[in-house]
Amino acid sequence: MIDKTQNTAPNKKNKRRSISAEVWRRLRKNKGAMIGLVIAVLLILMALTAPLLLDYKKDVINQNISERLQSPSLAHPFGTDDTGRDIMNRIIYGSRYSLSVGFIAVTVSLLIGVPLGSIAGFYGGKIDNFIMRLADVFLSIPTFLLALVVVAAIGQSTFNLMLAVGVTSAPSFIRVTRASVLTARNQDYVEAARAIGVGDLKIIFRHVLPNSLSPIIVQATMRVGSAIITASTLSFLGMGVSPPTPEWGAMLSGGRKFIRDYSYMTLFPGMAIMITVLALNMFGDGLRDAIDPRLKR
Amino acid sequence: MSDENLILDIEHLSVRYETEDGIVHAVNDISLKIGKRCTLGLVGETGAGKTTTALSILRLVPNPPGVVECKKMVVDGKDIGALTPRQMEKIRGKEVSMIFQDPMTVLNPVFTVGQQIAETIEIHEHLSKEEAYEKAISMLELVGIPGARAGEYPHQFSGGMKQRVVIAIALACNPRLLIADEPTTALDVTIQAQVLELMKNLKQQYDMSMVLITHDLGIVAEVCDEVAVMYAGRIVEQGTLEDIFRNTMHPYTEGLFNSLPNIHNRQAELRPIPGMMTDPTNLPPGCAFAPRCTYATEACNRKVPDLRNAGGTHLVACTAYDDPQFCIDRRKEHV
Repeated sequence: MIDKTQNTAPNKKNKRRSISAEVWRRLRKNKGAMIGLVIAVLLILMALTAPLLLDYKKDVINQNISERLQSPSLAHPFGTDDTGRDIMNRIIYGSRYSLSVGFIAVTVSLLIGVPLGSIAGFYGGKIDNFIMRLADVFLSIPTFLLALVVVAAIGQSTFNLMLAVGVTSAPSFIRVTRASVLTARNQDYVEAARAIGVGDLKIIFRHVLPNSLSPIIVQATMRVGSAIITASTLSFLGMGVSPPTPEWGAMLSGGRKFIRDYSYMTLFPGMAIMITVLALNMFGDGLRDAIDPRLKR
Repeated sequence: MSDENLILDIEHLSVRYETEDGIVHAVNDISLKIGKRCTLGLVGETGAGKTTTALSILRLVPNPPGVVECKKMVVDGKDIGALTPRQMEKIRGKEVSMIFQDPMTVLNPVFTVGQQIAETIEIHEHLSKEEAYEKAISMLELVGIPGARAGEYPHQFSGGMKQRVVIAIALACNPRLLIADEPTTALDVTIQAQVLELMKNLKQQYDMSMVLITHDLGIVAEVCDEVAVMYAGRIVEQGTLEDIFRNTMHPYTEGLFNSLPNIHNRQAELRPIPGMMTDPTNLPPGCAFAPRCTYATEACNRKVPDLRNAGGTHLVACTAYDDPQFCIDRRKEHV
């Protein structure tokens, strides 16, 4: 028996990451997911490199009245807005705001939702009831309205916008986390961990949570898209990022007055939002299919 | 046996599960004493309360719905009932370890086996991560798995290997008492023998005591010094290996032996115990085994029989022995 095991030891390395490798293998087969992933990666790269390509003062917020309201041309592929700023530059730079709002808002909801959801799912009983009823109260208020109220209450700034969007999508993370913790906490290895003297907190974070991560990861990916939309909508209504910051929702809002004669001013930021959200959703969908073992063929 | 030589001393332990469908009397007033370096076999069929007894030693009976009542529960001189949950965590894995039935599900799938063995060591021995991992590797080697495999995940091991890993986790901190809950039930017969042999050797090497829960009398004969037979949450017969196997007294124990194939008489028909285990939510007022017992009389239904001394270390709970002439068929054959 021992001989046998020693024979298998050398190919340890390629076997080691087999769970994540398996997910990646299945993800690669899914064309939609790969397109989504490629677009998302390109967008993130664009956001990261924007300050190297463009000078914020000169290219993004500098007004140039002589070139105002120009249609798309070689010099300005997406045209210029009512103060003569290049829309393509603003969209490229704006990806920094839109994406960071999306990712940070989701991080905020993860930070709120995952601990609360795990506590509710792990302990059950009164604590569970209390946390879940609280989540139900939040879920019963329309997400957008709630975000609007939060921003109105704590004041208007980019950071508050992220906070507002994050807080409002936290209840759905509480639910997802609780549901998957509920199944993981009854596993034998949790009881075994108790039997070797592991404390509750360590059991939750070391044994239960890592085994219930996959639905949370999927939920997070999908939520980035909707967080971007919520943030853009708030900016569109003038409750989010304030001008002249080139946030996509705020740009849509700025182009609204000119939509009859200069529709490209709303078309391009709108398309930027649409493509980003679509890419993230396609990737999220594919990730869910790849992670869910029940869909294994 | 004096108290100092006892590793486990339980008196009047009762566990019931209060569910919506009624109260399940899983363990009813049992007392057990295990000496140091002894192996006690806890035998009985499914649902006899063996696992619940084991879990209550570690205070792991889920509450609710479980309610544990116990007059005395002392492990290695420590009164388990009086400890705070914090102190209890220090006992688990350090003083008392448990091996669970199914090695397929007791290992956490997202950590390597090395990390899982190291976890116990980190908790109880205040070693650094690296030192704990080093020790984990040597534990793996102790149970016959090459240390190079410490970085692999549970799904890369076979069932028998996983059970070895589980044993390594249980023994990592040198426990005084090891509770093995059907450690070989999920394994095939060839691997069973290996794992039992390993446990027997390690028990000697580490100077441990052991409670072996099983329904396999063959394993008991091979590993145990003492045997307690449980039925419907009560101990019906208890004694040394010799007492139980040679001088069987209780009709239920006889029934267990009769359901085993006889190697000397291969033509003999197996005689299984008729009927089913009594419903633990609705135990009869008298002997729980009476409805299935061939020797049962009217007297059996009146009162739960007490454990009586049947000579030396041998205890038996059967009303039939009120009659000094009574003898079960198996012993007649032997005589």
